[in-house]
Amino acid sequence: MSVPGLIRMGDNTLVLGQRVSEWCGHAPALEEDIALANTALDLIGQTQLWLGLAAEREGKGRTADTLAYHRDAWDFRNLLLVEQPNQDFGVTMMRQFLFDSWHLEALTTLAEHDDTEISAIAQKSVKEVTYHRERSSDTVIALGEGTEESHARMQAALDRLWPYVGEMFSTDGDDLTDMAALRPAFDTYLETVLTEATLVRPHSDFAHMGGKTGARHTEHLGHMLATMQVLPRSYPDATW
Amino acid sequence: MTQPSVDEVWSWLAAIPDPEIPVISIVDLGIIRDVQWLDDTLEVTVTPTYSGCPATSIINMEIETALRVKGIENLSLKRQIAPPWTTDWLSDAGKAKLESYGIAPPKAAGGPDRCPHCESSSVEKISQFGSTPCKAQWRCTDCLEPFDYFKCI
Repeated sequence: MSVPGLIRMGDNTLVLGQRVSEWCGHAPALEEDIALANTALDLIGQTQLWLGLAAEREGKGRTADTLAYHRDAWDFRNLLLVEQPNQDFGVTMMRQFLFDSWHLEALTTLAEHDDTEISAIAQKSVKEVTYHRERSSDTVIALGEGTEESHARMQAALDRLWPYVGEMFSTDGDDLTDMAALRPAFDTYLETVLTEATLVRPHSDFAHMGGKTGARHTEHLGHMLATMQVLPRSYPDATW
Repeated sequence: MTQPSVDEVWSWLAAIPDPEIPVISIVDLGIIRDVQWLDDTLEVTVTPTYSGCPATSIINMEIETALRVKGIENLSLKRQIAPPWTTDWLSDAGKAKLESYGIAPPKAAGGPDRCPHCESSSVEKISQFGSTPCKAQWRCTDCLEPFDYFKCI
C-alpha cells in the first residue's frame, strides 16, 4: 500500500511549508520575504497533491484538508528536521538547504516510479524544488563565506541541524523508494556546497529518529500544529 | 442548441486573460491542454503552472463563467499534472506580449537576454523569486529599472 509513503511525502512538505510561511512579513529583506513565501506556497501546493492522493487511495472519506487539520502530532509522519523551529534566518536557510538537497534527490527518483500518479506528482515537484535548492545553496554559500558573524551563525546552524540529517536516509517498507540509496548523491552535493561556503561538515553521524515513523516527534511539532489547526478545529465547518 | 465546435471553444478560451498577467490569455500561457466533447459534456483539460499557484482556482472559475455565458451547460474541468507544465508551451505571441508589457520572457539560458524596457543586455538577477511563483526579479544595470523575468521551467 502506498498510503503511508504518500503521507510521509505530504507531511514533510506541509510541516516545512507551514514553518517557512511563519516568516511572511518578518524576513530580513523584502526579496527574502517574497522568496520564502513563494517556497512555502510551492510546498503547500505539493502537499495538496501528496495528501490528496493519499486520502483518495485510503478511501475513508478523508481529504487533504482533513489529513492536514484533523490529525494530532503522533499521527504525523514528517521528518524531525522540518519541524525544527525557524530560529534565525541562518538556521532557516540551513534547514532549507539540507531538506532541499534530500528532497530533490528523492523526487528525481520518484519521477521514474512505476506508479504513474506518484511519478506525475514527483515530475511536477522536481521543477519547483530545483529552484528551491538553487536558492538555498546560493544563500548558504553567500552567508557561509560572508562576514565573520554570518559564517559563525551558518556553522552553528549546520552543527545544530546535523543530527536531523540521518533520518532522511533511514528507510523501511512504507517509503515510496529506498531513501538510503539517495545518500551518496546527497553527500557529493553537500560537500560541493559546504566547501564553497567554507563550512565544515560535523564529524559525528549520530541521528535523531522517530519523525517519519511517528514514534517520537520533537516537542516543537505540537506547538506548530496548535497554531496551524486552531481555526478548523474550533470551527470545523468554517468556510470563506 | 447546436454543439459549438471545439475550435470555437478554443477561440472563447483564448479571450480569457490570465488573472495575474492580464496581457496574455490562458491559451497563450499553455495551460489548456485539451478541449473535447464527451457526448453532450464539454471537457476542458487544464494543467497548473506551479502546484501551489493561487491563480489556478480563479482560472477554473473564469473558464466556467466564460463558457456558461456562451451557453455551455454540461461542463467538466479536468486537472492534469503530467506531463508537467513547461514554459515551452507559452505561445510566441504570448512571449511577445509579455515583453511589451515589461516582463522578460523565459529563456533556456536561465535568465533574460535583455531588459524589456531599454533592450540593454546588461542585466543582473536580484532574486530567484518574484511577485508570483512564475517570476523572478531582475534589474537592468543601464536604465537601472528592476523588472520581472518569467522563469523558464
